[in-house]
Amino acid sequence: MKSFTVPLAGAPKRRALRAALLSVASISVVVALAGCASATQSTSTGAADFKKATQNDKATITVWADSTRLPAVQAYQTSHPNAKLNIVTYDGSADGSTYLQTKVQLFDRTGKGWPDVVFASPTDVTWASEATSPSAQAFAAPVDELVSKSTIDNFAKGSLTPCEFNGHTYCLRNDIAQVVTWYNKTLFDKFGYTVPTTWEQYQALGAQVAKDHPGYVLGWVGDSNSQESYFWSSQCPAFDLIKPNTLRVALSAPECTRMATLLDSMIANKSISTQASNNATFIKNTAPKVLMAVGPSWYGQYIFNGGFKTPAGQIAAANPMTWDGDTTAATGNVGGGVWMISSHSKNLKAATAITKWLTTSDANQGSAPTYPAYSPAAKVWLANPTNSKYFASDVSGAFTTAANEVWTGWSNTKFSDATAWSSVVLPALTAGKTLTATLPAWQAAIVDEAKSVGYTVTTK
Amino acid sequence: MTALETGGRLTAPAAPSPARRRTPRRRTGLAGYLFVAGYAILLVAFGIFPTIYAVYLALTNDRGQFAGLNQFIKVIQDYRFGPAFTNILIYLVLWLVILITLTVVVAVILRSRLRPGLSSVFRFLFYIPGALAGVASVLVWLFMLDPGVSPVSGLLNALGYSTFSEVIAPQNLPVIFVFIAFWTGAGGWIVVMYGALNNIPDEILEAARVDGAGPWKSAWFIQIPMIRKWIAYMTILAFAAGTQLFVEPQLLQSASLGRLNPTWSPNQLAYVLAFQFGDFNGAAAVSIFLLVIGLVGAGILVTRSGLFKADSE
Repeated sequence: MKSFTVPLAGAPKRRALRAALLSVASISVVVALAGCASATQSTSTGAADFKKATQNDKATITVWADSTRLPAVQAYQTSHPNAKLNIVTYDGSADGSTYLQTKVQLFDRTGKGWPDVVFASPTDVTWASEATSPSAQAFAAPVDELVSKSTIDNFAKGSLTPCEFNGHTYCLRNDIAQVVTWYNKTLFDKFGYTVPTTWEQYQALGAQVAKDHPGYVLGWVGDSNSQESYFWSSQCPAFDLIKPNTLRVALSAPECTRMATLLDSMIANKSISTQASNNATFIKNTAPKVLMAVGPSWYGQYIFNGGFKTPAGQIAAANPMTWDGDTTAATGNVGGGVWMISSHSKNLKAATAITKWLTTSDANQGSAPTYPAYSPAAKVWLANPTNSKYFASDVSGAFTTAANEVWTGWSNTKFSDATAWSSVVLPALTAGKTLTATLPAWQAAIVDEAKSVGYTVTTK
Repeated sequence: MTALETGGRLTAPAAPSPARRRTPRRRTGLAGYLFVAGYAILLVAFGIFPTIYAVYLALTNDRGQFAGLNQFIKVIQDYRFGPAFTNILIYLVLWLVILITLTVVVAVILRSRLRPGLSSVFRFLFYIPGALAGVASVLVWLFMLDPGVSPVSGLLNALGYSTFSEVIAPQNLPVIFVFIAFWTGAGGWIVVMYGALNNIPDEILEAARVDGAGPWKSAWFIQIPMIRKWIAYMTILAFAAGTQLFVEPQLLQSASLGRLNPTWSPNQLAYVLAFQFGDFNGAAAVSIFLLVIGLVGAGILVTRSGLFKADSE
């Protein structure tokens, strides 16, 4: 075949290119050999000083909330017509989203634009309580300097732990999401099953359901937070901060493997689904056959009522399950949002007022879609008929019991516990691998993430 | 498309012949500068300056101290660097092979084997998806890939996929991204290749026919070699765009609630480093890697294909 182009007079050109490459390489070597500063990022100097911006009581405040919390903010506007609010909806940092962190990084660089009040996940407080760069101020204002001590003391025991850093409290907890045992009372009565109180009974029931009522499920593990329902409840040391900067990630511990083995057997006999609860196919085919679910307090209203459209009067909640031989149960906590006030706010008075109303007022929390972290409001919430009339029986016993049983060994880390689970474990399950076989890969992914944000990691 | 307007030929400015020393008097008014200024200013502001700034960032640390190559070493040692570049390599190989083969074959068929009317209808149809903005086209694919709502759910089921999470399994991702990229981008290139084929004088094809070359022979020995520069041009641009893959994995990541690695592509890694960890210097180092890869790729293609050489007529 003859080419139609003239052969290139390539030699001189190539020589020039080689010379250029050579000079670049030699410059690089010289540069590399010269004493250079380290590429590691500056570390924050701990408790940053909180310098208030010039205050203006009439300034409009910007509030960022997720779509679930949006009606609450709008209700505040209605009941406080004089409040000047600019309300913005965003993803609320759910499912491991880093939207808020991304934006604050940018605002810190441009020196303006921060929202005054934000709804966020506890993970966000880990970075918001520290300055993002040497010249920046930590995004979150210490709320203990803005609200009274009695207000802080009234939050449920341990619920403000994710907010506490360097002796200050950087957020107010909106809700707690203690994991309870959900079941469909109507179906249980129809099939003649008893609600399991131990994990071993749960597993046995799975085998029986698989045999007698194939197609029915006792739960699912395909959500980005399923690890918090199951492995947290099993006291698996996956995110255990044993010292402020030392993280224990030990997925070979028996507390992890026992849950992996249990789930593997139930996934194998199809009494547990590996799909996500928001998946259209799952809602269409499997949701009407959900006998049980191990999940947080908000499953009732969100998943069963909102997502699955299970009719009222069928769903009930029981206490968290124990393991054979254990006397007390330990349970997980799935989410539970927080409100933070920006340290850059020009109107801290208004920002504090709305944050206090959102987290502690009976008017808001008493009818909130999730279980209040503020204890006096939680009593009102449980007594509120709209929070109970959907259920087949009173859920307040299970909710209060579970709220006191949340295991404290699953720490609030600087990275989301959802990323590795969603991007490593769930695709492996979808591909047909077992959880037990995936534990090492999950551990490796957590360790990588932990190291990249500066933790010292131990896997023992 | 300026390329088409110049008659499908990339011409280098003709060197003034030594015989004609007295160049015709040029009108050196302001207008020329004004016309060029718009582009030049934007190029400096959004092309040259950010590149220089990225080089500066990549050679310093966040305290503004000179860090030499330490930022590059740091990002290479990052656990996300290897997988991200491996992913993009697999994607690029698939993407370029499929793009080059299919666009050229389709253009040749449209040019030589179809009636002109039908051919223009097809060119229009192929081009439509490219008119959709990038994000919108990815959203279309989110529906296409979910067997629960997809119009082609039958096909997905036949392939053994019954759920969205099965479709977006890690090993399928490069193929999915190639589909999306091909669907949005190939139409424009088919039109460009068609224009290039139009530029081949009919006499040459006529001569080939007289010599006994069938349609495939003339495509292989005459048409494709004659649009070689265009293929190189397409490869350079597709290669550079391909290394910068970002929107597709990013949207699929959030739509699947995190079932994709958030640092699947190098550009996503740079994004995460900059905006999640505040490591703008490390992010700049990753982007310099992409720049160098793009420049080396383009350099090889330009020199090998003689893209910038004036035609020897």
